[in-house]
Amino acid sequence: MSESDVEHVRQHIKVYVTVFVALAVLTVVTVGISYLHLPTGFAITLAMVVATVKAGLVAGYFMHLISEEKVILWVLLLCAAFLFVLFILPLGTQIGNGPLWPL
Amino acid sequence: MSVVIPYQVEPHPVTGVTSGKLGIWLFLASEVMLFGALFSSYVLLRVGAAVENWPTGVEAGLNVPIGTANTLVLITSSITMVMAWASLKMDNLAAFRRYFGTTIALGLVFLVVKAFEYSDKFGHHIFPATGWPEAGDPSVFYGLYFTLTGLHALHVILGILVNLWLLFFGVALWKTDKERLTGRIEIAGLYWHFVDLVWIFLFPTLYLL
Repeated sequence: MSESDVEHVRQHIKVYVTVFVALAVLTVVTVGISYLHLPTGFAITLAMVVATVKAGLVAGYFMHLISEEKVILWVLLLCAAFLFVLFILPLGTQIGNGPLWPL
Repeated sequence: MSVVIPYQVEPHPVTGVTSGKLGIWLFLASEVMLFGALFSSYVLLRVGAAVENWPTGVEAGLNVPIGTANTLVLITSSITMVMAWASLKMDNLAAFRRYFGTTIALGLVFLVVKAFEYSDKFGHHIFPATGWPEAGDPSVFYGLYFTLTGLHALHVILGILVNLWLLFFGVALWKTDKERLTGRIEIAGLYWHFVDLVWIFLFPTLYLL
């Protein structure tokens, strides 16, 4: 491996450490928010937003999605579309059970 | 005659990625659907239940500080995993062994903590089919808790077994084909990060909300 490649990896390591710190901080933030006893609907939304940001950091940097080939991104886009349908299904059954929002 | 699987190191000219990498991402996409179905079931059951019949994690007796610590353990294991791969990229096998060994150890720590949490629940006569006693109608909270965390723990166990094999046997490939081993560690890493990613959603869903 050439010197420039090694330097390239070293740069990546700095990013990994930054992402790790961000993930740890966001974990503490998630727990902190839960102690605020916010209204359920708002608390769920906030917790899922923080979790999605954390998941994005893991997928983007630790799993290198940010610089990944298009074919992988297409596979995941297709997966996301099916996942979306999967999450729409329960909403269809909700009719008659009272409103989901506001809780 | 031996059959050589093509594009293990060189990217496929059409996809631009190695066979292994495309394979693991297809597998992970199927895993997203597996866990997605369970999360979707969680949403369905929670929305269908009356608010007062659904315990929060704390009400259900889950220990938030322990869950938080275990989340940090898994996040730490993700960075040691990526550092293990980076060490191979930098031609440093000794550092790889250290980081990879730490990743495995952290995975075991996660499982031991989870085992203590489970045994605490069993000690209180709480099992997957146990309803929520405060509820007017039986809640499936514990059923979801044990199913989701149990399936996740199975994934952690599988990851540890694969990583142990790579650390003690697979690593021999370093002598003959460094790039192929580095590729294998990257693929093992993608799986491990995915397991971390699932927990990132499981932890707030079950413990905090």
